[in-house]
Amino acid sequence: MTDSPLRIYHVSHSFDNLEVLRDLSIEVLRGEFVAIVGPSGCGKTTLLNLLSGFDRPTSGSIERKGKSRMVHQQDGLFPWQTVSENIALGLRHVKSEQERRQKVHELLCLIRLEGFENSYPHQLSGGMRQRVELARALAGSSDILLLDEPFSSLDYLTRLRMRQEVARILQEWPRTVVLVTHDIEEAAQLADRVIVLGERPAQIRYELNLAARRPRDPTHPEVVDAIHQVLTKLHFESDSGEYTIA
Amino acid sequence: MTKPGAIWSVALPLAVVGATTVIWTIIWWSGIFHESAFPAPLAVLRGFSEELRTGRLFSDIVTSLFRVTCGFGLAAAAGIPAGLWMGQKPLVRTAFLPVVNFFRNLSPLAWIPFAILWFGVGDASPIFLIFLSAFFPTVLATMAAAASVPTIYSRVAEDFGIAPSEQIVRITLPAIMPQVVTTLRVTAGICWLVVVAAEMIAGRDGLGFAVMDARNGLRTDILVVEMIVIGLVGVAIDRVLEQLTKIPSIRWGYER
Repeated sequence: MTDSPLRIYHVSHSFDNLEVLRDLSIEVLRGEFVAIVGPSGCGKTTLLNLLSGFDRPTSGSIERKGKSRMVHQQDGLFPWQTVSENIALGLRHVKSEQERRQKVHELLCLIRLEGFENSYPHQLSGGMRQRVELARALAGSSDILLLDEPFSSLDYLTRLRMRQEVARILQEWPRTVVLVTHDIEEAAQLADRVIVLGERPAQIRYELNLAARRPRDPTHPEVVDAIHQVLTKLHFESDSGEYTIA
Repeated sequence: MTKPGAIWSVALPLAVVGATTVIWTIIWWSGIFHESAFPAPLAVLRGFSEELRTGRLFSDIVTSLFRVTCGFGLAAAAGIPAGLWMGQKPLVRTAFLPVVNFFRNLSPLAWIPFAILWFGVGDASPIFLIFLSAFFPTVLATMAAAASVPTIYSRVAEDFGIAPSEQIVRITLPAIMPQVVTTLRVTAGICWLVVVAAEMIAGRDGLGFAVMDARNGLRTDILVVEMIVIGLVGVAIDRVLEQLTKIPSIRWGYER
C-alpha cells in the first residue's frame, strides 16, 4: 500500500442538473506536486472544494489523510488582522505565546516579509498578500496545500517571481500540493504531474509526468516540452504547423 | 484638484461663517422682520454670556448628552446583536424583517404621547424615544452587513478549525465593524435630532426644553444661542465617533 494522503475514487459531482465532474479518479502521493489544468468553468475549483471537505461529492469518495489548507485566488486574508495575526491563525494550537511568535517570525523570513508583521493586508501589494496567504497555509501542522489559482490576480512578472518563491518555499517546507490553474506554463514549471481536464463535465483528458527536479526554470527543456504536449492535446498547437481552435 | 493647505482649510470656513453673520446683520438692520422675531447678532452674543453665567446652558448640554448616551448606547447594545442574528439566520430575518422595517418607518416622535403616559416627563421618556429612533436603523444596517460578509472568510475559518459558534465573534463581527461604525455615526446623528424634539414636548430640562422655554419667554436671542449650541454639539459627537474609524482593525474598511 502506497502512502497517499489524497485519493479520489470515481468521483462525480453535480449542482442540481449541472454535471460538473464525471468519474474522476486521482491519487496524490506524499510530497507530490500535482497541477490540475483545464478551461475555466470546467470544475477545477469544485474539485478543490471537494478535496478540502468544503463540499461532498454527489457520488464516489474522497480519502484525505492529514490537514489541508487552501490558498485562495485573492482576498483570503482577514483584512482586520495584521500580517502576523493572519499567519498566527495557523498556529492556534501552539500554547506558548513565545513559541508562536518565534514561528510567525520564521514564516515571515521564509516569505521575505520581515518588517511587515504589523501591516494590514490592504497596505500590501497583491504578490505580498499571496505570500502571506501561503505562509498562513504552511503554518502549524498542515500536510496538504490546495492552491486555487493563487497567482491569477497578479501580473506576469510577479507571477514568475511567485512561482520561484513557491518552488523555493516547498524545498524548505515540503508539502503535498494540489494546484488548480488555467496557466499551463505555471503547471509545467511547478508540478511533478500535470493533469489536464476537458470541458464540463470534467474528465481526465491527459496526464503527464515531469521527471526534472524542482525548482525548474520556466524555459527548462522538459517544461517547454510539457507545455507543447498539453497545448497539442488541447488543440492549440499541431505538429503539422496547422493551428486549429478547440 | 489639489487639497487646500492647513491655513486655507481653517480660513475658508471661517470666511463663510463671517459672511453669514454679515448677511444676518444686514437682514436685521433692514427691518424686514420685526425686532421681536429676528434677534441681532450682538443680542445673541449677550444672551450667550447670560446663559453661561447662570450655568443653565452647561447643565442643559449635560442633560441632553446624558439622554442621548443612554438611548444610543442601549440601541447599539441591543441592535448590533439583533442585526447579527438576523443577518446570519435567514429564518429569523424572514420573520422579523417586516416588523423591523415597519418600526423603522414609524417616526419615533409619534411615540411621544405614549412615552409621556408610560414614563412621564423626565429622563426616561426621551431615552425611550432616542432608543426607538436608533435601534431599528442599527438592526437593519448590521443585518445587511452581516448577510453580505464574503463567504471566503468562513471557509478560511473552517480550514483553520475555528468552530462555527466562534465565527460570529471572530469573523462576522470584525468583518462588519467598518459598516457598524458608519451606522453608529449616522444613528448618533439621528439621536441628536430626536432628543431636541423629545425634550421640547416631553421634557422639563435639556436643550430641547430650553428651546421651548425661550420661545415661551419670547427670547429669540436665547433661542438662537440654543440652536447654535445644538448644532455644534452634534458636530462634536460625530467628531468623537469618527475616531473609531482610526482604530487599526477597523481602518481597512475605509482605505481600500
